[in-house]
Amino acid sequence: MISLEKRPMPSRTLSMATPIIAVIITMIAGGLLFVVLGKNPFEAIRTIFWDPLLGEYAFYYRPQLLVKAAPLVLIAIGLSLGFKAGIWNIGAEGQYIIGALCGAGVGLAFYPTESILIFPAMILAGALGGWAWAMIPALLKVKFGTNEILVSLMLVYVAEQLLASMSLGLLKNPEGMGFPGSRNLNDYPSANSWINEAAGLHWGMAFAFIAVIFAYVLLNRHILGFNIRLTGEAPRAARFSGVNPTRLILFCLGTSGALAGLAGLFEVSGPSGQVSIDFNIGYGFTAIIVAFLGRLHPVGILLAGLLMALTYIGGEIAQGNLGLPSAAIQVFQGMLLFFLLALDLLTNFRIRFAARGTA
Amino acid sequence: MKLTKLLTTAAVALGLATTAMASEKTKVGFVYVGPVGDGGWTYEHDQGRKAVVAEFGDEVETTYVESVPEGADAERVITQMALQGADLIFTTSFGYMDPTINVAKKFPDVKFEHATGYKTADNVSVYSARFYEGRAVQGHIAGRMTKSNVIGYIASFPIPEVIRGINSAYIHAKKVNPDIQFKIIWAYTWFDPAKEADAAKALIEQGADVILQHTDSTAPQAAAQAAGNVITFGQASDMSEYAPLPRVSSIIDNWAPYYIARTKAVMDGTWESTSTWDGIGAGMVGIGEISDAVPADVKAEALALKDSLASGEYHAFTGPLNKQDGSPWLAEGETADDGTLAGMNFYVEGIEAEIPN
Amino acid sequence: MDLSAINPVLLVASLMVAATPLLLAAVGELVVEKAGVLNLGVEGMMIVGAISGFAISVETGSPLVGLVAAMIGGAVLSLLFAFLTQVALANQVASGLALTLFGLGLSALMGQSYVGIKPPAMARLDIPVLSDLPVIGPILFSHDPVLYIGIALTAGVWALLKYSRAGLILRAVGESHDAAHALGYNVIRVRVLAIMFGGACAGLGGAYISLIRVPQWTEGMTAGIGWIALALVVFASWKPWRVLLGAYLFGGINVLQLNLQAAGIAIPVEYLAMSPYLITILVLVIMSADKSRAPASLGRTFHASQ
Repeated sequence: MISLEKRPMPSRTLSMATPIIAVIITMIAGGLLFVVLGKNPFEAIRTIFWDPLLGEYAFYYRPQLLVKAAPLVLIAIGLSLGFKAGIWNIGAEGQYIIGALCGAGVGLAFYPTESILIFPAMILAGALGGWAWAMIPALLKVKFGTNEILVSLMLVYVAEQLLASMSLGLLKNPEGMGFPGSRNLNDYPSANSWINEAAGLHWGMAFAFIAVIFAYVLLNRHILGFNIRLTGEAPRAARFSGVNPTRLILFCLGTSGALAGLAGLFEVSGPSGQVSIDFNIGYGFTAIIVAFLGRLHPVGILLAGLLMALTYIGGEIAQGNLGLPSAAIQVFQGMLLFFLLALDLLTNFRIRFAARGTA
Repeated sequence: MKLTKLLTTAAVALGLATTAMASEKTKVGFVYVGPVGDGGWTYEHDQGRKAVVAEFGDEVETTYVESVPEGADAERVITQMALQGADLIFTTSFGYMDPTINVAKKFPDVKFEHATGYKTADNVSVYSARFYEGRAVQGHIAGRMTKSNVIGYIASFPIPEVIRGINSAYIHAKKVNPDIQFKIIWAYTWFDPAKEADAAKALIEQGADVILQHTDSTAPQAAAQAAGNVITFGQASDMSEYAPLPRVSSIIDNWAPYYIARTKAVMDGTWESTSTWDGIGAGMVGIGEISDAVPADVKAEALALKDSLASGEYHAFTGPLNKQDGSPWLAEGETADDGTLAGMNFYVEGIEAEIPN
Repeated sequence: MDLSAINPVLLVASLMVAATPLLLAAVGELVVEKAGVLNLGVEGMMIVGAISGFAISVETGSPLVGLVAAMIGGAVLSLLFAFLTQVALANQVASGLALTLFGLGLSALMGQSYVGIKPPAMARLDIPVLSDLPVIGPILFSHDPVLYIGIALTAGVWALLKYSRAGLILRAVGESHDAAHALGYNVIRVRVLAIMFGGACAGLGGAYISLIRVPQWTEGMTAGIGWIALALVVFASWKPWRVLLGAYLFGGINVLQLNLQAAGIAIPVEYLAMSPYLITILVLVIMSADKSRAPASLGRTFHASQ
């Protein structure tokens, strides 16, 4: 009979090895899927995992990996703080939208004035917008004990409606021939997030790296980080040791909201360029998966974000070059997530094969 | 800046490489906003791609990427196609406008074609279809066939393209039946079958016996069929599975002739940046077969209208026409200029509704 | 502008139809959440149900067989989630999101050859005499059978939870899995069964869209209804009849706004579309005073040795 035995400490070796094993299993299972679809599996796998990194045009794709990974990492870092403490913000998508709306709104309000103060003001507005949107579930949880999973999720839909309303109304480009969507911030030098557009570098990437370092220091060197981990692992012990749950909730939700808002701001003022009805493309939800794939560890999240970005970009190349349908790429990504999640079991548990009765 | 150089060098190198190879194959890329299985907008663009393959066979190689979000992802996908040696790239959604222009700057030797936009460059053409001509034919049939004098219209987003369609249909319905009334629902989506079904039902329940739609699913057709005694028109694709009733005719997006012509131009080296806005005459807007449910005289009138639109002897927006607020727009015999049509943000006189916002 | 154009009887009848896929998915999710499991993969299970049901009914020519296939399709997909969360003890939020991603892709692959096909029609259950009654005829007696199944299912779940031993066990598992385990109940088995039930209901809800309400197959056709079903369960504070009420309210707001537009009344569509979610948050706040809270073990992983 097979039984699971909890390890006293999560296995460090396995926590590093399981993601690699999962990727290999996904390649095998995905390869089978591609065979069924009548494609050469080796070519497909090579296209997805190799071409963006080391293929002929990798000089272009490598910075693009950062463009795609930056918002995922930025949001996931914020979420991971809360997740570690058992505070579940799953509405980052909404905070991302509000951050983008506030940040872009500030920028567009100054159009066409040029000043070096405009972009910092936008960053502030973006972070504040995301923070404020996350404060709604936080305050409701603190005051009334409502479930933050559900409130933050509901607010995503509200934010999406606000986005549609803004794209068609207040923020609509007056010179846009009546089409929905704001002015393109890439045409407004004071209000865009590119450090070097040609090289594909924008401030969101810098902030993502800073966030990784900040989270790492916080969790390992700071009392607040200790309290977060303690609350997640042993809530009762945390309360006895004087951790203030209210402050922790406000801090975790607020920080994740602010980071999601920043991600939205950097996206709208750089890679995306404008507020439009379809501006949000699910980074807030994908970031939840990234946070778990990274095992809630800052460095892990950075790697997980890059891995997700790789499957997106490699998937697009595979579509273009091999004619794989985008649905096959989605299934492939789904498989990768399943295997990563399932294999995490080995990190925390030992599998025992024992005769019945002896356990 | 270094990377721009690198990209340009790569592009030039590729340009050379591809011209060397061009004697064998012309590479054509397509960027789609939805899945090719959407049965509407993207499906029809992909039919156009297939027509290119059928026309040129081994001389072309086509690639496509579907469900590409507008914005950063679009720019990357377009760049990817250019890098991989595409000679011609069709970007088939309005939201791809700025990404297309950006990529085009970096790849001066690659030709770009952007659908429904208005920004051009030396290597960027724009193309769109005068769907409002098709709406005129629909409006005529609708006005002649309605018994309740209530015509329902499922609109998507309040943008010029959609408003133009409503105006054109209304003008031509009104012309043959002064008593008609338009009921308009804004669905705020291009594609949400369940919502479209609900919208059609709401219109039918409020007395509409003709449903026009500017959304892409067949849901309104099914709703009309279930209700009985309601006629509809196919949108984007022929939707002939609902003929002869409720679907009595359709507007078909037919991109094939344009795609074939532009690919040919690249092959011959005659490609030039243009702004194309074609209608029934050039075959970009197809009128699906008018079914037997339409009386023969109405069908003959509709076909005559179609022919006069196709030959250009009649313009769908011909004065005298007033704007909704009663202010004069077009004098007797005057026709609308393309600039006004492209940015149309008003209803014509007689429509009892407000454009949202 | 003509409010009299809106026929309240037809409005109610059509909001019942609009609410049915929501109701089916939400009642299923309610049972899952009552067992202490949060499955965010409803959208994925719905769309897989939609294509399974569509494909099978096109192949067999029988909508009924299709509906059964949709339930099986949804349940089979939910087994993936059950395996991840109950056996591999993976996080439920992440697993549910992954399930939606996977389901959307899988359904698109399955449906490639079914675009633009009309499925066999499902007969309406026009009960003679009764369906001709004024007012209540169209509202109560002339719908498709699945709509009645949805209502019956709501009643069944309500009775099951309230009066049966199975319902008691389910609730015990959801409130405190450790206590239920100590009492000798097999927590994992109860949860896996609940998850499969949720999958089957979501699948049926999806097939209702692809076979009856729309009826056609196109990629991504559920267009977010699965997510609204999640909101609905919360709105209903985990009570079956309130799910029914909520489904009619959510569906009703949509149908009503379309009707108001058709009647020529200019309404801010976006703000109206927000309102159900804001109301749901309000309900959550009010509920927190009411002490009828979420199942206590909701979203938490259970392992017997803990």
